[in-house]
Amino acid sequence: MTTDDKLYTGAQMVMESFLREGVDTIFGLPGGANLPLYDVLENGGVGIRPVPEGVVPKEYPIRHYLVKHEQCAAHAADAYARVTGKAGVCYGTSGPGATNLVTGIANAFMDSVPLVCVTGQVISALIGRDGFQEADIQGITIPITKHNELVRNVNEIPRAMQEAFYIATTGRPGPVLVDIPRDVLQHTGKFYWQDKVQLRGYKPYTNGVDRDEVAKAAELIEQAERPIILSGHGVIISHAFAEVRELAEKANIPVITTLLGISGFPGTHPLYLGMPGMHGMYWNNIAISEADLLIGVGMRFDDRVTGRLKDFAPKAKIIHLEIDPAEIGKNVKPDATLRGDAKASLRELNKHVSHKPRERWFSWLDEMRRKHPSIVIRETEEVLPQYVIQQIYEATKGDCYVVTGVGQHQMWAAQYFWYDRPNSFVTSGGLGTMGFEVPAAMGAQVAAPNDTVWSICGDGGFMMTLQELATIAEYRWPIKFAIVNNNVLGMVRQWQELFYKNNLVATPLKNPDFVKLAEAFGILGLRAEKKLDVKPVIETAMSHPGPVVIDFQVKYDENCYPMVPPGASLDETIDQPTYAFEPKRVSDERRKVAVR
Amino acid sequence: MNGPSAQMRSGFGKIRPHTIIALVEDRPGVLNRIASKWRQRGFNIESLAVGHSEKPGLSRMTFVVDADTNAEQVVRQLDKLIDVVHIRDVSHEDIVSRELAMVKVKADRETRSHIIDIAEVFKAEVVDVEPDSIIIEATGDENHIDSLVNLLRDYEIIELVRTGRVAMLRGPEVSHPHEEDDEQYERAPGIHTW
Repeated sequence: MTTDDKLYTGAQMVMESFLREGVDTIFGLPGGANLPLYDVLENGGVGIRPVPEGVVPKEYPIRHYLVKHEQCAAHAADAYARVTGKAGVCYGTSGPGATNLVTGIANAFMDSVPLVCVTGQVISALIGRDGFQEADIQGITIPITKHNELVRNVNEIPRAMQEAFYIATTGRPGPVLVDIPRDVLQHTGKFYWQDKVQLRGYKPYTNGVDRDEVAKAAELIEQAERPIILSGHGVIISHAFAEVRELAEKANIPVITTLLGISGFPGTHPLYLGMPGMHGMYWNNIAISEADLLIGVGMRFDDRVTGRLKDFAPKAKIIHLEIDPAEIGKNVKPDATLRGDAKASLRELNKHVSHKPRERWFSWLDEMRRKHPSIVIRETEEVLPQYVIQQIYEATKGDCYVVTGVGQHQMWAAQYFWYDRPNSFVTSGGLGTMGFEVPAAMGAQVAAPNDTVWSICGDGGFMMTLQELATIAEYRWPIKFAIVNNNVLGMVRQWQELFYKNNLVATPLKNPDFVKLAEAFGILGLRAEKKLDVKPVIETAMSHPGPVVIDFQVKYDENCYPMVPPGASLDETIDQPTYAFEPKRVSDERRKVAVR
Repeated sequence: MNGPSAQMRSGFGKIRPHTIIALVEDRPGVLNRIASKWRQRGFNIESLAVGHSEKPGLSRMTFVVDADTNAEQVVRQLDKLIDVVHIRDVSHEDIVSRELAMVKVKADRETRSHIIDIAEVFKAEVVDVEPDSIIIEATGDENHIDSLVNLLRDYEIIELVRTGRVAMLRGPEVSHPHEEDDEQYERAPGIHTW
């Protein structure tokens, strides 16, 4: 435990905690209740000077990025955390500032992202008395945080902050919210910092690999003729890139990555099969149904992956490598369980596996891929959204971060882009938050300032958070926004077409002129209306040093396939569309496929 | 609490109450966190008893939850809460369980002695006597209390209060054994290579 005789205000204690935790970046928005936290930021949050030794600095060199809406502070911190692997930090004031964070917190919670949210609260005397801008944010966020705390005493701040970072980043990561009343931020006290966090009720199970289970798993792998690795977000969180690759190559097993597991395994690797599930590759869904062994690494057998659960992988035994005890046996019952950090478990498992040819399995998979290509770009006059994604891949060769929103464009970005950089795909998976694409691109760009960030946007999602273009213009982040603009809430329209008799209620969008809009923010706006425009526009965007917004006018009613209809099982995946409700567009056009 | 009555639920076969004991931090909000998890899954808390445990700063809870087999999932979720130090479903274990009830019954000169007789049979105590009423305090398992209450219904119960079940394992075993900490495992940040 370290302490000294100096007195710190609550706000200075928060800063000291940040320095000890290695935090240098905050996304936030000030208000009445969290102003003390802003008063101690140096140079209005541009801070560069090192902290002098031996004195309590009045101001701290921590970089603060001012967002325009707190939701975006949370999303930006979320993406920052995903890209750096450190905890993301965001600020919000009391009341609406805090409630605006809620969507971002829930998003981080569903995707296991370490986030520390510090909110100002009304002064202690007003709590529970309907003070101006009061909201019980601790109560509100109980179901969507890993932990949260209302700090009522200034001396508790260092402990609360230390615990917040410890809880957020260890075990299965998640968001932690620390709510501090304004008067507590202004009170003074001594700064106590523990050498080791002591929490009786928290045991982040990390490296306790059970040797019997490892032996059982190795035996299952040895016996398997048709095994598949399902690589999830846990592989990325635990930086087990090399380990999962070693398992695949050493034991000769093909790899499927879940949506959040994308970029956990090289996208152009011969053993890589792509994504499974609702809009996964057709061959993957059939292969899972045919497999005799599934090795789930850091993934939770989510309903979008499994389809109808009772018919999921009927022939397969299951090995589950999972850090969260509550996930084990939740959706599927494993035959062998390796509890712990994916990297540690894989290292142990890799020692006990050996190479097997599995020729029949690979030739079956090749046959499936040949018969059902799944990812095809037709020759059309209109610009196809898949074509846009593919052209961005061609132009960047995958040497960039890709951030997406939620919907059709997200699925296409998962299907038509080959992620050859580890951890280069940032998307909202569990919660499926439209509007994630804009603020998350900010967080990714801050985390990787020397890399290119492409934000693949839906027009619907972009409209949800586009106010952040002002933030992007202010900080001159050179993000490339590719709006896959079909002038409709595409995925919802697809469901209306397929499952609601094409009753297109409340999905067509009357969008603004995105080029003029970008220009109004001082950002370069580009448009591609014809197929021929796509490539040059991407090239212009890439050669432009600043941020760019590109409006790709794509086909209005393109559907995202393959698709597992909701409630269906994986072996009922639709690879080719049937167009039951619009006979005039029967698949003649669609047969002219250009296979990659 | 709310939700369908016990009779209605008993019609669904496998649904039955679980007895769960938990050792929790003695802090504001703990109950809220735990109750929130049960609410999310639509499981009704039949009874809940909380008090200090033998360990300083920790409380022990016993709750009875009307839940199907998915109770295990919720118990695992509850175990993840930072404020829950240890939790255990003891429904299938050998336990001693008790609850305390106080029953205020209408009583006059004629009926008072009958009521006191009943109380004695149930080893219950008379804790308050007024000209028109009597309060009986009884301890026992649910069946014991239910039987007493049933008999007292003949005399018009004015008010009934029950603590809910408290439970403990039989024998020398502690319900919540101390667990050794895992060795700390450091994630190496920023190693982004295949």
